Amino acid sequence: MNTDLSVAHIDPPSSWPAIGLRELWDYRELLYFLTWRDIKVRYKQTVLGAAWAVIQPLFMMLVFSLFFGRLAGVPSDGIPYPVFTFCGLLPWQLFAHSLTQASNSLVGSQNLITKVYFPRLVVPISAVLGGVVDFAVAFILLLGMLLYYGIVPGWQIVALPGLMLLAVMAALAVGLWLSALNVQYRDVRYTISFLVQFWLFATPVAYPTSIVPEKWRVVYGLNPMVGVVDGFRWALLGKPDSPVVSILTSAIVVVLLLTCGLYYFRRLEQQFADIV
Amino acid sequence: MSNLAIRCEGLSKRYRIGGYTDHYKVLRDVISDVAAAPFRRLKSASRNGNSNGIENSYIWALDDVSFEITAGEVVGIIGRNGSGKTTLLKILSRITKPTRGHAEIHGRVGSLLEVGTGFHPELSGRENIFLNGAILGMRKSEIERKFDEIVAFAEVEKFIDTPVKRYSSGMYVRLAFGVAAHMETEVLLVDEVLAVGDAQFQKKCFEKMREIGSHGRTILFVSHNMSAVRSICKEAVILERGKLVAQGEIDRTVDQYLSRMSLSQSFEQAIETNTFSVTSVEVSSVSGAVVKTFDPVQVRVQFVPKSEIRDPGLYVSFLTMDSRRLTGLDLKDFVTSAPLPAGEPAELGFTIESLPLMPGTYQVEIHLKDMARHLIEFVPQTFQFEVAETEVYGGRKLDGWFGNVGLRAQPLENISRKDA
Repeated sequence: MNTDLSVAHIDPPSSWPAIGLRELWDYRELLYFLTWRDIKVRYKQTVLGAAWAVIQPLFMMLVFSLFFGRLAGVPSDGIPYPVFTFCGLLPWQLFAHSLTQASNSLVGSQNLITKVYFPRLVVPISAVLGGVVDFAVAFILLLGMLLYYGIVPGWQIVALPGLMLLAVMAALAVGLWLSALNVQYRDVRYTISFLVQFWLFATPVAYPTSIVPEKWRVVYGLNPMVGVVDGFRWALLGKPDSPVVSILTSAIVVVLLLTCGLYYFRRLEQQFADIV
Repeated sequence: MSNLAIRCEGLSKRYRIGGYTDHYKVLRDVISDVAAAPFRRLKSASRNGNSNGIENSYIWALDDVSFEITAGEVVGIIGRNGSGKTTLLKILSRITKPTRGHAEIHGRVGSLLEVGTGFHPELSGRENIFLNGAILGMRKSEIERKFDEIVAFAEVEKFIDTPVKRYSSGMYVRLAFGVAAHMETEVLLVDEVLAVGDAQFQKKCFEKMREIGSHGRTILFVSHNMSAVRSICKEAVILERGKLVAQGEIDRTVDQYLSRMSLSQSFEQAIETNTFSVTSVEVSSVSGAVVKTFDPVQVRVQFVPKSEIRDPGLYVSFLTMDSRRLTGLDLKDFVTSAPLPAGEPAELGFTIESLPLMPGTYQVEIHLKDMARHLIEFVPQTFQFEVAETEVYGGRKLDGWFGNVGLRAQPLENISRKDA
């Protein structure tokens, strides 16, 4: 009767653990429930509820429009500055929010990690997925703005889901590194907000890529969010020059970061319960 | 080949102690460690390269533990605090990795190291059942199928859509245990989680555990509650300082554990009073290795009189650990003893047919007398003994609320038995 039972082998930590995607797939329901919990709980006992998903990028857009657009006269490639910057803020918020959540996710799930077994990758992945809902809410506002300014996206809009995925993957790639590091070194917690702020200014959210000097473009392009933000503007605002090179560079950087991040995470994972 | 459920070979787990006393490292510590490393090496070299320091800052929470458990067995893991019970469960449930050794488990594993892991206070009972079930590794379809049963078990039907932060702690625990108890894994690992909740609920949990065990599933059960272990398990494993010291049939193994634990009853040096020199006071069971409630026991007092005792007497009282006098026996109510010559070892005592004391630690107080001289001498020390934990009335642990006296009782004939 018991011959067909699966056998779990328990061994000391190995230095090159497998990524374990199959096991992750087995735990997809847990992934779903944790994401669902995060979304469900996030705006509980808040007066404004899901409106917070809109308020944050909205106010940043207003501040940017006032200081960068109006006062500093930052160019916006011939597009009305508010739409221009909001179009960059959306993927940026998705990235920044997901990254922050993912980085703190393991430490925040201590009680789970020390009491139950499941593939630990579920924790940062569900944190990243939680950011997508906020994005969707804010996206509705963007559609309203496009309507207001009379901008009609062209066929390029089909690239949007791919670009979104790229932003989420970028957040996960960096988030994996930071969440695992955070378990061991709590310094990471204090570094994240600083890192995100710095990263915002290294990404063409408040200004167009065109003002970056030509000779720095290659280095600049290594920031995976450059391709994502440029791609968003191209897909939604219908700018003629396609940022294919930029997007491809981003994709390669993300894949590299993600692969290393996965290995690093899996390696450290074996000690999480002991050191968290 | 019999069906093997769990096999461990030389499982060991080393933990670091000291050094990083905080739970986590701060980068600054690492930097300063790295900076100090060359100097440390210099220092240790000057001390003849004493390498003991490294071994000292580690502790083996589990040390070369090997055992096998056949499928369908219900096994108790017993041992003092810090003996490695929880570490063993954590390794078997794959929460942490062993430092050395290998283990294999046949079948799905469910582990219950804590009641209500992952419960979110803001979510309703219904939502938490699904969330907690998923965390424990249950499929959504499985939870849906068991949902009504879980709710009924937890007795929270009316509050199922209320956030659990509004629950009483009893309701919370019942719901949490209810979810875990309905896992359908072949192997179940349970830590000391039944110590929560009120007495009635504890009893319910034990019954559920027994039911699970009788369905051919393998259970590893950690507990300090010996009556629970005895009533649920068929076999036990004793851990002591990370090592496995015994494995075997439940009653024998628990007795062995308790006799290892019990305080030594004889003493090195005789206790002197004016006329007597007391050499030994012993409370022992006539029927077994440890004293249990309702066991026949003997109380033996050995002493040497310093002068001739013409009409010897003995008064023995039983006291609780906070020195409340429970009951006593005076030898003169039973017999008139023969005179005892000076300088010769003598023994007086009682056989008690059935000791009516609940499990716990008690003290014996002794008075020795010579009635002919109206001499009553108090032995200026009490002697402790342990009544082992057994199921006095069914399986649950009886707390102080039940007092110290055990009663041999039966329900009236006309009341139907619940589990009959």
